Amino acid sequence: MNRETLLWVIVLLIGAALLAGRAMFAENGMGKAYITPVEKTYVGLDADVAEAAEAEAETKTVWVSIDELPEDFDVDAVADDDVVSWDTYETKDYAAYIAAQNAGTNDVVFSLSHTIGIWIAALLTLFVLSFLIKDNPLYKVAESMFIGISAAYWMVVGFWDTIVPNLFAKLAPGPTTAWALPGIRDEAQFELIYIVPLIFSILLLMRLAPKAGWLSRWPMAFFIGTFCGFRLISFLHGDFLAQIRNTIVSLYAKTPQFAADGTAMLNEAGAPIMDFTFWGSVQNLILVIGVLACLVYFFFSFEHKGVVGGTARLGIWFLMVTFGAAFAYTVMGRIALLAIRIEFLFDDWLWLIDPTGRRAVEAVGMIVLAPLGMA
Amino acid sequence: MKRTIPLLLASIAGFIMIVAYFSPHTESWGEEVAVWFNILAAVAFILGGGNLLKIHLRKVSDRNSGWMYSVITVVSFLVMLFLGLWKFGVNPNPQFPDYGHWAGEYNDSTSPFYWLYEYTFKPLQATIFAMLAFYVASAAFRAFRAKNFEALLLLATAFVVLLGRTAAGVFLTDFIPADGPFAALRLEEMTQYLMNIFNTAGNRAIMIGIALGTASVSLKILLGVDRSYIGSGDD
Repeated sequence: MNRETLLWVIVLLIGAALLAGRAMFAENGMGKAYITPVEKTYVGLDADVAEAAEAEAETKTVWVSIDELPEDFDVDAVADDDVVSWDTYETKDYAAYIAAQNAGTNDVVFSLSHTIGIWIAALLTLFVLSFLIKDNPLYKVAESMFIGISAAYWMVVGFWDTIVPNLFAKLAPGPTTAWALPGIRDEAQFELIYIVPLIFSILLLMRLAPKAGWLSRWPMAFFIGTFCGFRLISFLHGDFLAQIRNTIVSLYAKTPQFAADGTAMLNEAGAPIMDFTFWGSVQNLILVIGVLACLVYFFFSFEHKGVVGGTARLGIWFLMVTFGAAFAYTVMGRIALLAIRIEFLFDDWLWLIDPTGRRAVEAVGMIVLAPLGMA
Repeated sequence: MKRTIPLLLASIAGFIMIVAYFSPHTESWGEEVAVWFNILAAVAFILGGGNLLKIHLRKVSDRNSGWMYSVITVVSFLVMLFLGLWKFGVNPNPQFPDYGHWAGEYNDSTSPFYWLYEYTFKPLQATIFAMLAFYVASAAFRAFRAKNFEALLLLATAFVVLLGRTAAGVFLTDFIPADGPFAALRLEEMTQYLMNIFNTAGNRAIMIGIALGTASVSLKILLGVDRSYIGSGDD
């Protein structure tokens, strides 16, 4: 083990020891999650009984939450097959846990799975941030996990949100609605035309077969062709024409007049009284000149010399302002994301800050931080 | 067969979409094709997943450098995929409890799939994107030099907008009366003017350029002038 590795190992061990110490020996620990277990029970009732419970009575059996039934309803009298129960939960914060403990109830309980989740999320966050020092095995572990998990996540989302309702439910409505989509069983109909996307889907997957990979060109061609046709029109209509339309503004700008009480002043016909506005006109003029100058810069059929060159240069200035603003917004967006991660580490995990007051100040030993304005 | 059919398919599909737009009877074709489009996009995710498995399993079997990381990728992928596709641990749909977990939401908050999403996917994604803050700042520090007037404009705009959109910027020029003759010099006002006038002008020209570019590239593809999407070779 070389000197640098040894140093990092020592730093990591000290960090782990400090974390373990805070988690185990601090009065209230850190990074813990609490929940309220909730049991959901649904009772299958005949339609006429369900009507009495003000539920929809379109099907023979209607499932009604036990909470919506009259208090004197005897669940034990219902057949076992017609009663379905499962457990769910509501997340709670530490303050709610303390309140429940003080009240002597077990409504809010410690959640091991969510606590482990917070710790794993925090460690993965640190693993990724460790790349800022240099590439290292911890970052690579996090990166590898992310690749696998994100690929599977988007596959699952695509399957359940798109393929099942849009392809399976169209080609095999009966089995699909009986299996996973009972909510659309009344309106789902067989649509033969969806055999086309099915064939294209199979052809697309042929890409994985070494000798039949060329077949995937067909769906790709369809994909690209329809996209081109669709976007050609929508871009010309939605962007090209709309931007030109919005740029054709009056250079003699007018603005509504307001009375002292803030209400718009109206003329005899009831229309607002408009008056000339100098700065509004200047703004419109700059806008029109700016758009035209930028377009001249984008026009390369003429050499950018003389008047064209001067106008193009003005266009560059406008574009530089645009790029500067875009850069500023990009930086702000990334900083905001970073702030959210830092807040997660310090608030949800380490319990060092409490910006939303989820934990009682005196209960989590934040008095030390209070003079610094962090509590 | 390998090149002509794809070209014809792209042209016919594209021109049908264009013509359909101009008739009230076929206007809805766009929506229908959009659904097909989404189906193919979802299938492309499956293709991507299959390709990922293929590449990483080969890496593991060949014991290439870093093969252990490929094992992590494959295991993460398969676990997440199984939990999500099987709807493992998902609660039933309250409207149809008798259908069991299959009718429930795949991202139900009690399921292990959701747990993995919430505690691994989300923090990893957010942190990787957040890291770009450092790299953008570092790259900007190294690359941005006010060598000429254009660079100065870009820098000054970024500086003003960054300050003007934060509390610090508002605080810095708070001494200028908001209703006085110099109110436009307040950072938040300057940001507003920059965004509404100069930035809008630049963005409009860019949007017009993008629209014209998209239209011309689309036409080149539909007319068969641009065939790069088919690729080269026989595979």
